[in-house]
Amino acid sequence: MRVRLSVNGASQEHEVEPRLLLVHYLREVVGLTGTNVGCDTSSCGACTVLMDGESIKSCTVLAVQADGTEITTIEGMAQDGAMHPIQEAFREHHALQCGYCTPGMVMAAASLLKEHADLTEAEVREGLEGNLCRCTGYHNIVKAVLAAAGDREALV
Amino acid sequence: MTVADAGVAGVVGTPMTRREDPGLLSGEARFVDDLVVPGALHVGLVRSPHANARIRSVDTSAAMALPGVVAAFSGADLRDEWAQPLPCAWPVTPEMLNPAHLPLAVEHARYAGDAVAAVVAESAYVAEDAAALVAVDYDVLPAVVDLEDAVADRALVHPELSTNTAYTWELTPEPEAVERAFAEAVHTVSERYVQQRLIPEAMEPRGVCVVPQPFGDEYTVYSATQIPHILKVMLGLSLGVAETKLRVVAPAVGGGFGSKLNVYAEELLCAALARRLKRPVRWNEDRTENAQATIQGRGQIQHIELAADGDGKIRAVRVRLLADMGAYLQLVTPGIPLLGAFLYHGAYDVPAYSFVCTGVFTTKTPTDAYRGAGRPEATYAIERAIDALAGKVGVDPAEIRRRNFIPREAFPYSSAPGLVFDSGDYEGSLGKALDLAGYDDLRAEQRARRARGSTRHLGVGLSSYVEMCGLAPSRVLASLNYSAGGWEAATVRILPTGTAQVVTGTSPHGQGHVTSWSMIVADKLGISPDEVEVLHSDTAVAPHGMDTYGSRSVSVGGTAVFLAAERVLTKARTIAAHQLEVAEEDLELSGGTFAVRGSPERSMALATIAFEAFTAHNLPDGLEPTLEASVTWDPPNFTFPFGTHVAVVEVDEETGRVDLVRYVAVDDCGEQVNPLIVEGQVHGGIVQGVAQALWEEAVYDQDGNLLTTTLTDYLVPSAAEVPSIEVGRTVTPSPTNPMGVKGVGETGTIAATPAVMNAVIDALAPFGVRDLDMPATPERVWHAIRGIGQEGRQ
Repeated sequence: MRVRLSVNGASQEHEVEPRLLLVHYLREVVGLTGTNVGCDTSSCGACTVLMDGESIKSCTVLAVQADGTEITTIEGMAQDGAMHPIQEAFREHHALQCGYCTPGMVMAAASLLKEHADLTEAEVREGLEGNLCRCTGYHNIVKAVLAAAGDREALV
Repeated sequence: MTVADAGVAGVVGTPMTRREDPGLLSGEARFVDDLVVPGALHVGLVRSPHANARIRSVDTSAAMALPGVVAAFSGADLRDEWAQPLPCAWPVTPEMLNPAHLPLAVEHARYAGDAVAAVVAESAYVAEDAAALVAVDYDVLPAVVDLEDAVADRALVHPELSTNTAYTWELTPEPEAVERAFAEAVHTVSERYVQQRLIPEAMEPRGVCVVPQPFGDEYTVYSATQIPHILKVMLGLSLGVAETKLRVVAPAVGGGFGSKLNVYAEELLCAALARRLKRPVRWNEDRTENAQATIQGRGQIQHIELAADGDGKIRAVRVRLLADMGAYLQLVTPGIPLLGAFLYHGAYDVPAYSFVCTGVFTTKTPTDAYRGAGRPEATYAIERAIDALAGKVGVDPAEIRRRNFIPREAFPYSSAPGLVFDSGDYEGSLGKALDLAGYDDLRAEQRARRARGSTRHLGVGLSSYVEMCGLAPSRVLASLNYSAGGWEAATVRILPTGTAQVVTGTSPHGQGHVTSWSMIVADKLGISPDEVEVLHSDTAVAPHGMDTYGSRSVSVGGTAVFLAAERVLTKARTIAAHQLEVAEEDLELSGGTFAVRGSPERSMALATIAFEAFTAHNLPDGLEPTLEASVTWDPPNFTFPFGTHVAVVEVDEETGRVDLVRYVAVDDCGEQVNPLIVEGQVHGGIVQGVAQALWEEAVYDQDGNLLTTTLTDYLVPSAAEVPSIEVGRTVTPSPTNPMGVKGVGETGTIAATPAVMNAVIDALAPFGVRDLDMPATPERVWHAIRGIGQEGRQ
């Protein structure tokens, strides 16, 4: 089947198998390997990307279902060579160790911050419930997201 | 060494953000599965659905008929590929039984998940389709699941061994003293604890890609491993390939926690298939395979007894363990209980000690190192048991600990099991943790809630731990019959343009060695960390190393880096003194420049010295060109981090739900190279330890089926289940290495599990509950509150 979509602002058009998962399309067809696969039950969130601005787990979406959408992956977050404020906050607050969950965590955080103003710690924790990290114990991830939330002008 | 030499830049000890982060944050970092390898074939594995079965036949014809399938093999087809079975490097006793373990089972599958056939296809999707088409005929045999049942040998995992007992290992320095202490004891405690099996669940599943080089029968092996150096040696031995023909690279690795400290069937398989098919061959594990085919952790039944006097002072500790090996002995499976064997007296001064461990085969996934490896189990047992003792003596858990601590002035402390603890201030860390937690206020709140009949019961749990890490002094490893050394290698060189390069034998997978090692060198040489390149995890550029595990990297690998930098500095000083025509001791180093004391205008920058060493036009007679030094450091002792953690839980009487509401950790890992990284390790370790207490368990049914193969069944906590962590520290330098560092990778996991379980049991005190198996699920807690024992429910 034919899919046409936008990935990080660039148009893509490919013939794909109907069963191809969006995450594999992004990684293997488009060649953007920043989005990771951590499980096969959409539990871990490592594969989180934005579809039309909302976070989705790209292991649970078929590439053909993404036809006509705008996808943003971790590679699309930095602008003009500068990291996105959420990425900056992750670095500043040591919110990553091995970095495998990080792309998905950043995308989930981006979506969360876009949808909610004035988040409390508890709300950040609830909001990131669908993304697992095995290294950080979440402490610094939550700190980073709260810091980014406090700098809303920079988040646009 | 002058004062200035010791810390020119002063960067060590500062919370510098990590140099690793930009690549990981931008998605540019490359994990194994991200590597683009043209022409690579994908392996799909057929795994036994049975825990114990004879393989009658394997029919790959339907798989072979699928378009895109290149080859398919049974275990028998590949039998001649293996020069040796999968390695076990830790035969803990000369008599230990170690059944042959082949990458593909030939006649017998011994756990659900044991690979029995492999298909090779042009894509991963086709490989998975083809694996489903392989027909295997099994003769199903009884599973051996329960540990206490296994040791009775009613059904056998390996019938040819005639027993399920792999080994018995004892540490009983003075058996009479132990007997005497129990005979004379006023208080005794006798407890049985179950260490449930855990699944490490590194977020990146395993992956391997083997690329044959075009000439000379050479192979480059990319693997999601913690141990590229050890893997290279073992791959060579198992494949019958000269070590010189192998290069192992660990690219970005997405966490390990011990689960990637191994030599796995899939690594051997991909290499053998690449050799056979003369094409690159890759395999990536999915999460379900990861649960079954990557090693699991813990899996012990512990009996611990304490003998104490009337004041609750412990006079003897006696421990018996059954340790679940699983179906085969992986790289260090049998040694894991031994890493805890010396620590069942915990942070306490105990004169008499006895430990015996029986390693038992079961028809389950092999166990091996999981964060803490042996030490969390030991700490859990003593920290639970000392709370039980506090109950018998009738004193507060903090007080029983104070009465028993090894006193600060006793260090270096020779323990009854035979270790020398380097340094410590256990009472200091307890005091600080109690202050941070507001312990007295918590107890008051607990009393108030109980008095008013609240159904949300507050529980406060302590854990005062000490661990041995910095693996390891090679001679000690020899005494434990381990097959390798515990040293680490480093090279530091200053390049002609003045930037520095570090080559390390450690292999980071989240620990931030690029940052920390560059800080150590920058601090020493007085340059910026950004001017230091750190090379690692590729046997072609870092040929020597013992890799990363056992909280060893900073105290062993970091020390090697420190000493190599020091040697470089010594040589630089010699060259500068020669060219400036002064005595070496008249030179001062500051900001990366050697200047003559009292005449600062006469100076040479390190970059200039490096260039002089490179051109070698004007060096002292007999001095070798280039500014470079290599050091292999074998630590004289383990290091012994310690601390006290306080967990505060609320238990809902109506639902049995446990909420961890506060967590306070005071850790002492000696001097800290980078406190930001130290705290990150503490946070992550704690949540893994909490998870054992409250949520995680690899559950097998009586037929040996693993029921928790996905992350919907195996409950790795999310951010929503845990609080922020309140961290404090004390600093007691280790005297066994020049930086005074200890290690922090495992402390959180070691400390947290008993802290949380002690808190849960403390909360349940009004119901008379004295024990509870882990994880403390709402169901277990609900039944315990209602006085229904584990045997009384289904």
